Amino acid sequence: MKEELFVSGRNIPNIDPYLHIWHWQIPIYLFLGGLAAGILFLAAVYTILGKDKEMQATVKWAPFIVPFALIIGLFMLFLDLKHKLFFWQLYTTIRLESPMGWGAWVLMIMTPISIIWSASYIREVFPNWDWKFKFLYTFEAWVIKNRWYIAWPMAIYAVILGIYTGILLSAFNARPLWNTTILGPLFLVSGMSTGAASIILMSKNHEERRLIGRLDLLFIAVELFFIVHMIMGFLAGSQVQIDAANLFLGGEFTVPFFVFVILLGLLLPAVLEVLELIGFKVPIVIPAILVLLGGLIFRFIMVEAGQITRYLY
Amino acid sequence: MRYAMAIDTKKCVGCSDCVVACQTENNVPIGFCRDWVTETVDGTYPNVSIELRSERCNHCDNSPCVRCCPTGASHFEDGGIVLVTHNKCIGCGACIESCPYEARYSHPDGYVDKCTFCIHRVRKGENPACVSVCPTSCMYFGDLDDPNSEIVNVLKNRKFKALAPEAGTKPNIFYLT
Amino acid sequence: MKTRRDFIKISAIGLGATAVAAGAAKAVLGSSLFGNDSDNETDTLRRVPTYCEVCFWKCAGWAHVTEDGNIKKITGNDDDPQCNGKLCPRGTGGVGMFSDPDRLKTPLIRVTKDGKQTYREASWDEALGFISTKMDDLKAKYGPESMALFFHGSSGNHFSHLMKAYGTANLAAPSFAQCRGPRDVGFEATFGESVSSPEVTDIRDTKCLVLIGSHIGENMHNGQVQEMSEAIDKGAVIITVDPRLSTAASKSKFWLPIKPSTDIALLLAWIHVLINDELYNKEYVSAYAEGFEELKAHVKNFTPEWAYGITTLKPALIRSTAREMANAAPSVIIHPGRHAAWYGDDVQRTRAIAILNALLGSWGNRGGIFFKEGIKIPEFPHPEYPKPAWSWKELLDGKYPLANEAVTNSVIEASFPSNGKEARIKGWIISGTNLVASVPLKEELTKAMQSLELLVVVDTMPMEITGFADVVLPECTYLERYDDIRATSHREPTLCLRMPAVEPKHQTKPAWWIAKQLGERLGLGAYFNYKEYSEVLDWQLKQVGSSLEELQRIGVKKSSRKTSPYIEPGADHQFKTASGKIQLFSHEMAEAGFDPMPVFTQHPEPQEGFYRLIYGRAPMHTFSRTANNPNLVALMPENSVWINPQVARIWGIKKDQYVWLKNQDGAVSNFAVKVRLTERIRWDSIYIVHGFGHHHKPLHLAYGRGVNDTELITNVMLDPIMGGTGMRGNFVTFLTEDPRKEAEA
Repeated sequence: MKEELFVSGRNIPNIDPYLHIWHWQIPIYLFLGGLAAGILFLAAVYTILGKDKEMQATVKWAPFIVPFALIIGLFMLFLDLKHKLFFWQLYTTIRLESPMGWGAWVLMIMTPISIIWSASYIREVFPNWDWKFKFLYTFEAWVIKNRWYIAWPMAIYAVILGIYTGILLSAFNARPLWNTTILGPLFLVSGMSTGAASIILMSKNHEERRLIGRLDLLFIAVELFFIVHMIMGFLAGSQVQIDAANLFLGGEFTVPFFVFVILLGLLLPAVLEVLELIGFKVPIVIPAILVLLGGLIFRFIMVEAGQITRYLY
Repeated sequence: MRYAMAIDTKKCVGCSDCVVACQTENNVPIGFCRDWVTETVDGTYPNVSIELRSERCNHCDNSPCVRCCPTGASHFEDGGIVLVTHNKCIGCGACIESCPYEARYSHPDGYVDKCTFCIHRVRKGENPACVSVCPTSCMYFGDLDDPNSEIVNVLKNRKFKALAPEAGTKPNIFYLT
Repeated sequence: MKTRRDFIKISAIGLGATAVAAGAAKAVLGSSLFGNDSDNETDTLRRVPTYCEVCFWKCAGWAHVTEDGNIKKITGNDDDPQCNGKLCPRGTGGVGMFSDPDRLKTPLIRVTKDGKQTYREASWDEALGFISTKMDDLKAKYGPESMALFFHGSSGNHFSHLMKAYGTANLAAPSFAQCRGPRDVGFEATFGESVSSPEVTDIRDTKCLVLIGSHIGENMHNGQVQEMSEAIDKGAVIITVDPRLSTAASKSKFWLPIKPSTDIALLLAWIHVLINDELYNKEYVSAYAEGFEELKAHVKNFTPEWAYGITTLKPALIRSTAREMANAAPSVIIHPGRHAAWYGDDVQRTRAIAILNALLGSWGNRGGIFFKEGIKIPEFPHPEYPKPAWSWKELLDGKYPLANEAVTNSVIEASFPSNGKEARIKGWIISGTNLVASVPLKEELTKAMQSLELLVVVDTMPMEITGFADVVLPECTYLERYDDIRATSHREPTLCLRMPAVEPKHQTKPAWWIAKQLGERLGLGAYFNYKEYSEVLDWQLKQVGSSLEELQRIGVKKSSRKTSPYIEPGADHQFKTASGKIQLFSHEMAEAGFDPMPVFTQHPEPQEGFYRLIYGRAPMHTFSRTANNPNLVALMPENSVWINPQVARIWGIKKDQYVWLKNQDGAVSNFAVKVRLTERIRWDSIYIVHGFGHHHKPLHLAYGRGVNDTELITNVMLDPIMGGTGMRGNFVTFLTEDPRKEAEA
């Protein structure tokens, strides 16, 4: 029998016996970031395609969620910090190698863009809205005129934000479960899927829901493919990565992962959406909520499980 | 200059003096530690072997903790010592996640803390507290770039290993086996 | 007259819990925005000399004191040959003794309130007055000999002086009958002197070190640990005999996992091989030893094959290890060990060890056992002690003829009436020893403590024993007081000073002050003819060519030796025995009616389902003494029971599970203990570290952590030669359910 033990009784809070330095704040931060990226990306794409009239929910209504999602996300990041008074230093330093730094900056850029985007639609929602100042009206007119141009950088940033939510984890070589490049695209697609789901929830237009629903099916299919790819990659890797994959293949995260993420979060909504496409009457709310919940739980599981995986002890 | 440590597992008795000495020298709060001792037991009675190791931050050449720090609080000092500037650290925890040696922790005061190789002593020409207190003298601290240093000498003459080299961080704590 | 003492938890009067949480405010506020980044400013520290009191090794060191009067750290003194500037974890963690929030803070007196016994806080004046009145009373009624002292550590000297001045010689240290006594008597019977403390083993230069149940490295006897490491560096062969793969065993060329209780058989077989194969040091034996022919005849049949059946060690292994020793001789040490009270035939076992050393010629040779040299510190002038009418020797009634120090068990047994005989001892002072954990005779101890007319406990911590006292006196820690000069006899004569690094915390006082105050109240002021203890130390140091001022500056003063540590080639060395020769055959033992040469006796073995209880040490604790030390509790908060995985499989016991232990007499451990499954132990034994399982709640950190092996040691095998209490003849089994819950249901 092989034994490994700490002779000096090491038992550091949040480090031993398993790392647990990131709690619930980080998965919520990642989820909201992905969601925002998904909505903004779709809004930008349909604006660029000139379909803003047909896709009202995608282009106008859903983006209203985004500023809130991003600000709450940033607040989650703030809650995670243990030395909060020093928070401002995130923005006095630019560290290109630091994923944490990237996130802070990308959010810092995305938040104003999303606010401006939504602000330009606010008088369509609330016709009585008064900007009070003349220059705001001028600015509004300028934004509305140049939406097509703003949509381009917004689409690009949305993709960066979506990928970033995965890279924040995958940049950590020390956590074998996170250390896979597929995590960026995977979280991006998952973010797109949750963004699509929120649009479906908000859309009153059957045609728009159908279109976004089809897109969501595509996202789900790609996401499943990436997940299989990720697990295969681990199983072909080193022992620590095999151990990481085994957390999902018989280990302690097997049931939550397969039941909540794969089955309820991906397969069931996909089936429901297919059923709807071929003509069955399915309340569209159900798959959309399942996708959102699945996406959230997926991030919780990845953050929790990743911290258990390690090189030593 | 490249500071490193070599620890003789053949002499270490696992007494953990290094841990207490670090605690009092560096005001490490009780319940936390910057260094620790592990024991690996292998074999089946009566053919059993033990390896005892005093472990700490490896002050890696290729330090993921320095790389991932968003504010530059984690940085290199002279001789490759990896240090955290308390007042620059925001406590985001990224460096803790990035360390394959689990050598960092969140200090109750908020910042991230870890072994400093007792840089305040090293600058005065003294050994780190753990090294200077070790009753078995099983630890060697010194400059790998100095061909006449004791550490270079033991590493030349003994078999040694590093922990989790596959994590690719190029650690600088070596275990004589 | 109150005769019955209820055990009182000191927390009953609300002490203790005041502790902790000083850092809490800081944690809430966070560190200052622009504050200083360095958490280890060392330039402003003041250095005060001390020597450690966490164990008997007494390493000299420095207390580093901050400007605001706190002790930041303790480091070793480079000039002290006991530690060479390196303290062990307990010494480094000695700060915890000082900072422990659970320390005793004021004198306490037992009172009965609403029919319930409790303690109330008292002034020093009142507490000391209470004790001296009672002691005067006992002296008048029964004579001063009716008082006894139990002691351990430096404070004991001050109380010994008081007791001798008072007129009693009943001064008993558990370290004799419960620990090193059998070893010392065995070596004295062979070489005419003991190996002392610190042991005079030349491990540094040895070529072969043999450890028998001695786990250097887990016992942090600092100098020995350092020297063993040096010996490893130099390529010395280590041979370890232990039913457990101790840390030392893991560093050994040979590990002999002997069946417990059969050590004498192995030792006799080794002696047999050395003599039969003519491997012994013939020149040395013929020059310095007598009784060789008798020994040769005695061990004739004790072949390795004979020993194999007893010890389970293969004959080839016994032979090859004997050969290793002979190859290294005379630079070989069969280590005498320290805690030797195992099976009741312990003097005989240590005799066998001494004989092996003699056959190999180790005593008086480099790499073997050297001759110590020290400086004798003269006594501070005082009137002659009164001569007691009787002493502990009379209590023995002819038992234990070779006991040369007071036998705790006999003093305890004389403290309660039995067989219609009145108790001869009526009052105790206990200083620095938690008798309930250090002496395995629970029943006798309880009877004695309920019969006494006076029971005073002096301690720094609310150990269990304080709960039985009439008066508890809070002593300050070693970091806050003067004590006697440590004048060590070892490789080099060394003088070390202990002085207060800081003022005593709370209302605690140094032992010398307590003894002096009691002395004056007892009319013995002439024995304490000084105001401060520093006067005594200065006078003593000046007699030996130093001064208090000098030692306050340097802490340690070494002098060079005047004599050789080894036998000079060709010299006619006289050992300190009656004949001047090493006693392979002991006439002294024969005359006292014991075997003149060691004989193997079979000891009981565990029944099915039971396992021999082996106890020992961990490097980060000194038994009870450190069990509540915050710095050391952080390293090892509880003990665990070592069980071989094969055994655990039979019982269905899992790693880290908590179990209760029950011994052959039905004694059950107070608390549950965590299971460590390990290949490091035999199938027929289990192992726990001594000093845990405290049931006194005022010890906030130690309370309820792990088990206390002393509770499970109900079978005590007394050594007829000197009264040692052999404690290894106990067997335990596992209970996976809380036995008390069952009892309640």
